[in-house]
This record gives sequence, structure tokens and C-alpha cells, in this order.
Amino acid sequence: MLRIDPGVVENVAKELYIRALKILPPDIKQGFDTLAARETAATAQNVLGTMIRNIAVAEATDNLLCQDTGIPIYNVTIGRGVELSGDDGAALKAAIRKGCERATREHPLRSSIVHPLTRANEHTSCGIGVPVIQIDHRDEIDGLRIEMIPKGSGSENNSWLKMAVPAEGIDAIKTFVIDCVLDAGGKTCPPTIVGVGVGGTADLCMHLAKIAATRPLGTHCADAEGAKLEDELSGAVNMLGVGPQGLGGDATAFAVHVELAATHITMNPVAVNMQCHSARRASAAITSAGVSYGF
Amino acid sequence: MAHYDLSTPITEAQTRALRIDDTVTLNGPLFGIRDATQIAMFDRGRATRFDLAGHAVIHTAPNVKKVDVSPANPTGYAPVCIGTTTSSRMERFTRPLLERCGVRIVIGKGGLGVASLAAFGEIGGAYLAIVGGTAALETTWIEAIEDVDLDDLNPESLWRFRVRGFGPLRVAMDSHGGSLYTSVDADARGKRAAALAALGVNARPAR
Repeated sequence: MLRIDPGVVENVAKELYIRALKILPPDIKQGFDTLAARETAATAQNVLGTMIRNIAVAEATDNLLCQDTGIPIYNVTIGRGVELSGDDGAALKAAIRKGCERATREHPLRSSIVHPLTRANEHTSCGIGVPVIQIDHRDEIDGLRIEMIPKGSGSENNSWLKMAVPAEGIDAIKTFVIDCVLDAGGKTCPPTIVGVGVGGTADLCMHLAKIAATRPLGTHCADAEGAKLEDELSGAVNMLGVGPQGLGGDATAFAVHVELAATHITMNPVAVNMQCHSARRASAAITSAGVSYGF
Repeated sequence: MAHYDLSTPITEAQTRALRIDDTVTLNGPLFGIRDATQIAMFDRGRATRFDLAGHAVIHTAPNVKKVDVSPANPTGYAPVCIGTTTSSRMERFTRPLLERCGVRIVIGKGGLGVASLAAFGEIGGAYLAIVGGTAALETTWIEAIEDVDLDDLNPESLWRFRVRGFGPLRVAMDSHGGSLYTSVDADARGKRAAALAALGVNARPAR
């Protein structure tokens, strides 16, 4: 049995925040190459070239890809063989929070987190309910997996929920996604990953959109109908010509990702949450063999 | 499409020479401003000791580190990562920046709206688009943090950077009514019906 060591979790939480801000995952880098290869607009080619150059500069200078340190999100998955008892759950959350704060102070990073009413910044990247920490269980993995996502505000500020009705059908879902991409324009730092949540309750639908927006490129919705919908939407949004940074071009989105949940007979909810081109994430596996980092 | 290598401050004539799709590289002082900075200045009447007349501002709040005060770091802050934020949140501050402070150039990402475009035309100003999310590269164009004011708002202080070879930036809104954002948005909305048709949806009017 693996006993969770809060000290290890704290160090991992610190390291993950910094790694996520500096190294873009390989699937996103490949996504850039794909978009650049098929881009036909000169301005857009230029903009994509600058974005690709920035990825190399960040790695060469050991610097952050983007100045927006985002809202820190930690997704924790507890797998097989993890001993979790007593106060371990609370200790786990406290360790993550401490790691997040240490990354901010020790690197240092800009704390982007303020009290929502007073706007006071504690310069810790922490506050009420932040970092966002979500804990789930899965029997398919060993040990503990922690995924860190610094969610940029430019894309987060463009989030939408529509409680459509059954009579509006799937057409309402498709139309809503197209209109959200048009309304977002260049504000979300395109090319984006357009995350679409379909079904569930209002809050679950929005949460699904976030999961979809932060899923690795090349992954697909587990439901066959959802996978079909994301293929169709991926093609359609790139017909609009919004382009990188909203300056025109083919590359409006890397992809549209869809996540589904069952819903009520009276409901047809759809939510959109976007991930900007600096689609940052990092992960770590904590097992009895030690800590290993990835994306 | 011309390229301009400009040293700040610049004149109204230099500003009005800029046309959309021209490119600009900046040298000299560049002022960093953000939401809280402009709320303080224009809603709460906070004054700054900086003279912004003829200057360029950039929508930013940098990552900095505290260091010993030295000739290289006169404020006691050294740059870590300096990038650009979404401009549209600060739309209503463009006119006072130009009218009251004499700012000529606004640098940002994602564009500004029709009120800003009108102010650029009436007073003489331009919006230069930087590629958002490329802060590591942008940081290499910044020589120093020369000064800082309203630092109780940190990181949304009013920053004075010294830049060299800052760009190329694209003129995306000019003083002649030109806006790349308006034209791209109109073109994209013109393609809405075709995109919906490809999805098998009969287009209804946009919400």
C-alpha cells in the first residue's frame, strides 16, 4: 500500500505549476505544426510562426510561455493501492495548496488571484476555493496522479452556458458552438481548443466543457455520437476564418472537443469553455517507485 | 504595407501615418497598464507622476522578482516574464488615455471596439497587435524596468519599461477608421451560414 506523504505532494504541486507554465505538451506542439502546414493566409502564417518560436524561446531561456499564470487547477486521481484514511484527504489538499503557494513565492510567479469583492491579492496564487482541487478515483492506475492546469483568463472569460430545450435538438448545440466561436473572436487567443459540454445539469455541463477544453489533442470523446459531433464541429469552426489572434486565417481552433453526460427529459444544455493556444498542462505520477513527470 | 521603426515618444503626425497592416518596431520607454491601473486612474482619480504624452502603453501585468536596487534594476524589480493581456476588458479607458494623458499607441491582443476606434480617429491614436501568449519572446525585447508608479496595485502597477526592437507589431486599428478586428469579424459572420450548412443545420439568425 502507498501511503500519501504530504511533503512529496507539496513538492510535486510546486514543481507541476512551474513545469506547466514553461513546457508545452507534445500534442499541442504537434497541433501547431499541423495548423501551420495547412494555413493559407500570410498574416496567420506569420502569427503561428511567432507562437511556435515562443515555445522554443521559453524552453531555451527557461521562462514562462505566457505571462498569465492563470487560475491554478489540480486534478487528483487516486488509483489502486493508495492508503487513504483519517485526515489524509484534507492533508492532501493542504499540501497541494502549500505547493502552489511555494511555486508563486519561490520561482517567483505573478499571483493572478484576488478576492472577488475586495480584489485584494495575497500574492500566493491562493484564495477562497483556489487553487481548484478536484479529487477522483480510478482503479485502472497505480498510485496517485496529479494533473496541473494553469487556466488562462483570456480564454476563461469567454465561457458560455445555454439551457436549450429538447425541441431545439442537436441543431441548438451546433449553432451555439459556432456563435460562441464568432463572439470570442481574437479575445481567447486562438487557435483554441473549443471545449463543449453537452447534457447533465447546468454545473456539470460547464464542468464537462472545461474537461473537454483541457483534454490532450488527439483524444476523442468516449461516446461514439459525441466523437462524431466533435469531428463535425472541428471542421465547421475552421471554416469561419477567425484565424490566429482573430486576425483572419484558417487556424481558428486546434480542435473542438466534446464531453457528454446524460440529462433530463426536459433539458438540452450546452456549454462552451475554451483553452487558448498556450494550452498548458503538466502531470505527475506518484507511485511506490517514486515520482515521474509528464503531461 | 510599410514598416516603421519608432522611438517613443511620437508625434500625432507619426501616429496618423500608421495604416492597418503596417508593422512597427518600438524603442524607448513603454508603459505597462492594466484593469486595476486604469480603474484607479480614471474612476478613482489617482494621479501618476509619469508623463504619458506621445507614449505607447501595453496591456500587461508582468511577472517580476524583487532584487537589490542597482543601476540595472533601479526599482528593485527585475523582469521575469512580461506578456500581454486581452484588451477588450479595458475598452472604456482608451478615450481617457488619449484625451487626458496624451497616449498615442495602445498595444494589446484581441483588439478594441468601436469607441476606441472613434477615439483613435478623433484624437490621433493607433492599436498595435502583439501575438498574445508569446511572453517568453516578448520578454527578450525588454531591456529593463526603469520605473514603477501606483505600486500598491502590484502586479497591476503602472510600469515603465525600456524596450529595444519591440516587435514587429501589426497595426490592427488606425486613426483612419481601419480595424482588422471589424473586417475579420464581418467576414467570419458572413461564413456562419455556410458553416452551419456543413453541420446540416438550417441557419437561423444569430442570437
